[in-house]
Amino acid sequence: MSSHAEKPAPLGGPLVTPLTVTLAGLAGIAAVILLIRFIFGIGSVTNINDGYSWGIWVVYDVMAGSAFACGGYAIALLVYIFNKGEYHPLVRPALLGSLFGYTLAGASVIFDLGRYWNTWHIFFPPWAQVNSVMFEVAVCITLYIGVMWIEFSPAFLERLGRSDLKKKLSNWMFVFIGLGVLLPSMHQSSLGSLLIVFGTQINPLWQTMMLPLIFLMTAITVGYAVVILESCLSASGFKRPFEADLISRLSLVMWWFLVIYLVMRTVDLAWRGAWAEAFEPNVMATSFWIEMAGFILPVILLASPAARRRPDRLLISAVALIVGTLMLRLNGFLIGYQTGAGWHYFPSLPELLVTIGIIAAEILGYIVLVRWLPILPKVEPVKIAR
Amino acid sequence: MEITDLRALREASEVQALENRLGISRRDFLGLCAALATTMGLPAGAEAAIVKAVAAKQRPSVIWLHFQECTGCTESLLRAEHPTLEKLILDIISLDYHETLFAAAGHQAEAARKAAMKQHKGQYVLVVEGAIPTKDGGIYCKVGGQTAVNMLKECAKDAAAVIAIGSCASWGGMPATGPNPTGSSSVAEVLGKTVVTIPGCPPNPYNFLATVVHFLTFGKLPEVDQLGRPKFAYSRLIHENCERRPHFDAGRFALEFGDSGHRAGWCLYKLGCKGPETYANCPTIGFGDAGEGNWPVGCGHPCIGCTEKGVGFTKPIHALAELKSVTPPLGFPGVHESKGNRFDFTSAAALAAIAGAAAAGTAKLAQNLGKGTPVETGSHKDSGASS
Repeated sequence: MSSHAEKPAPLGGPLVTPLTVTLAGLAGIAAVILLIRFIFGIGSVTNINDGYSWGIWVVYDVMAGSAFACGGYAIALLVYIFNKGEYHPLVRPALLGSLFGYTLAGASVIFDLGRYWNTWHIFFPPWAQVNSVMFEVAVCITLYIGVMWIEFSPAFLERLGRSDLKKKLSNWMFVFIGLGVLLPSMHQSSLGSLLIVFGTQINPLWQTMMLPLIFLMTAITVGYAVVILESCLSASGFKRPFEADLISRLSLVMWWFLVIYLVMRTVDLAWRGAWAEAFEPNVMATSFWIEMAGFILPVILLASPAARRRPDRLLISAVALIVGTLMLRLNGFLIGYQTGAGWHYFPSLPELLVTIGIIAAEILGYIVLVRWLPILPKVEPVKIAR
Repeated sequence: MEITDLRALREASEVQALENRLGISRRDFLGLCAALATTMGLPAGAEAAIVKAVAAKQRPSVIWLHFQECTGCTESLLRAEHPTLEKLILDIISLDYHETLFAAAGHQAEAARKAAMKQHKGQYVLVVEGAIPTKDGGIYCKVGGQTAVNMLKECAKDAAAVIAIGSCASWGGMPATGPNPTGSSSVAEVLGKTVVTIPGCPPNPYNFLATVVHFLTFGKLPEVDQLGRPKFAYSRLIHENCERRPHFDAGRFALEFGDSGHRAGWCLYKLGCKGPETYANCPTIGFGDAGEGNWPVGCGHPCIGCTEKGVGFTKPIHALAELKSVTPPLGFPGVHESKGNRFDFTSAAALAAIAGAAAAGTAKLAQNLGKGTPVETGSHKDSGASS
């Protein structure tokens, strides 16, 4: 187990600020729209139809949202599997981001399911369809949410002064840490397998047997990107020193993952003869290049050791990678997904507002918890000259 | 049973001999045996066993009795257009007595039956077509002065297997429908034991043929349900495999013969289709060898439930079926669903605003991050060593 240089400590500070109030307001709007959705049905607020039976609530909130929540998984992989203890200070903040991302992704599925009251059937063995990719994803994500809350519970127990419980739990923590690495590896790749079963409805740019690996690789890579982004935002927002040393080393790991990913993706497209699709004059090809730009840009920006120490480049790379990963999921599940002539989908404003509300709730929860619980490494407050 | 690959049998001598015996090509014969194995849902390899059994074994003697019926079952077998089926039905089996197909007549015919029963005692297959009148000592149906009840009991005594073909023989069928003046009964009721039944009006010839070939190949009749019906053919509701089922699930029903829904091929449930309460494989194998969709429901007429006791000839054709496996939902989706819009102006504007704000925020942050914020370095350098 890794030792920590600095013990994490609650950040303190005001909970009611213009930012938190705005975030709460956005979350409130989403709550009202969801109330309408549950009273009048899913058709009253969304643009989904018989041709496109899911929209951004699934593709952003679940597919992309859970990938963005892979920070905890990606860091745990590095710290516990590859035994890189120096990254340990990043575990708790990354885990907190993941906790919110996944919990809300799980909740979003309920919003999107037409007959949400049947959700429990999945977990009732006699009624479960164990041959379904969806079953694997659903059970795995649900388990992982539980595992993450347990992984994160020491932060609560420390705050509540229950060191006795914490000690008992720590004897068994290795089990949950193991599961916490295993489960996302399973369901992040299965999210890609979901696309394989749609067959020719998916454009050849995204329909490949490599999808499970593509989704897993991008989930890990974007996990590091989100940790970098969180670190940048924390430094700026909470007036903390930027952890340049740690982050630049982390970005090298991310850089290598990206290079491997891009080689794999390029070769796969060439192998299947799908590159021609990328030069068609249509929305899908355009969208493909936006996606690829998101993955290529960080490789260029972070190529040299000096560049990896520049906070602005790290930030832009992280954002580019997040955009690329989002586009990969959007492309696969919506833009490159053609269900037949005449069917269209474009998210409605209420759908967008719910997604925005969920993101706002995640950020709000993160701010509140880092101020209240011991998550970020303790540092002396510094005065920043603007 | 020795089971070989079908392809290995192409050059087998007994199959080649069969070519001459039946006057059909080997290709057609092997194809038919494979189709029969598939109809019965038998495992791979069974088709080869069927080929060997049909080609090599001695043909079983079959005695075919006709009682209260219309000869529709026999007609459907004879009119099957599958390559040379009529040849096979006469050549796979040795049909020693069949009133419709006999060249002989009168006492000569009855003598042939008695001779076959004596010669193949305990080995012949008895097929019964038609119900048996039991009222007033069974006087309402006689052949050669002998009552149907009497003749059935006589023939069944030494039979290796008894197969009741058609709904009349299986459960009484049309003659047994109230008020049933002749006391028509099924074979099972008269013999007081369960027999294999192939109900239908008429039954699908392949269900009968598959049953006979199963007997020939494996020496026993196929697995049956509690009513004696072979499970390979009668274990599923018509509703389960009906090609119009998606219309049922979507709530699209024909309400009158010739209305727009009927012409569009929608579900016939509301016209009285008995598919939801009738067990048979009609939708999967069809009738008349005329290809996909050639069966009553496929042609636009509701199923009358001819295979099912208490449904066929009992319930009015227009009466609604009792739903056994599914109940329709309380609400149905609209027939003309919106196909969605390519573009939504307000949400596109909102998306653009978000993207713009995110880009501006990132740019601003990137600009400030390097300058205003202290950059922490070196403090974690040694922590890795202690991990």
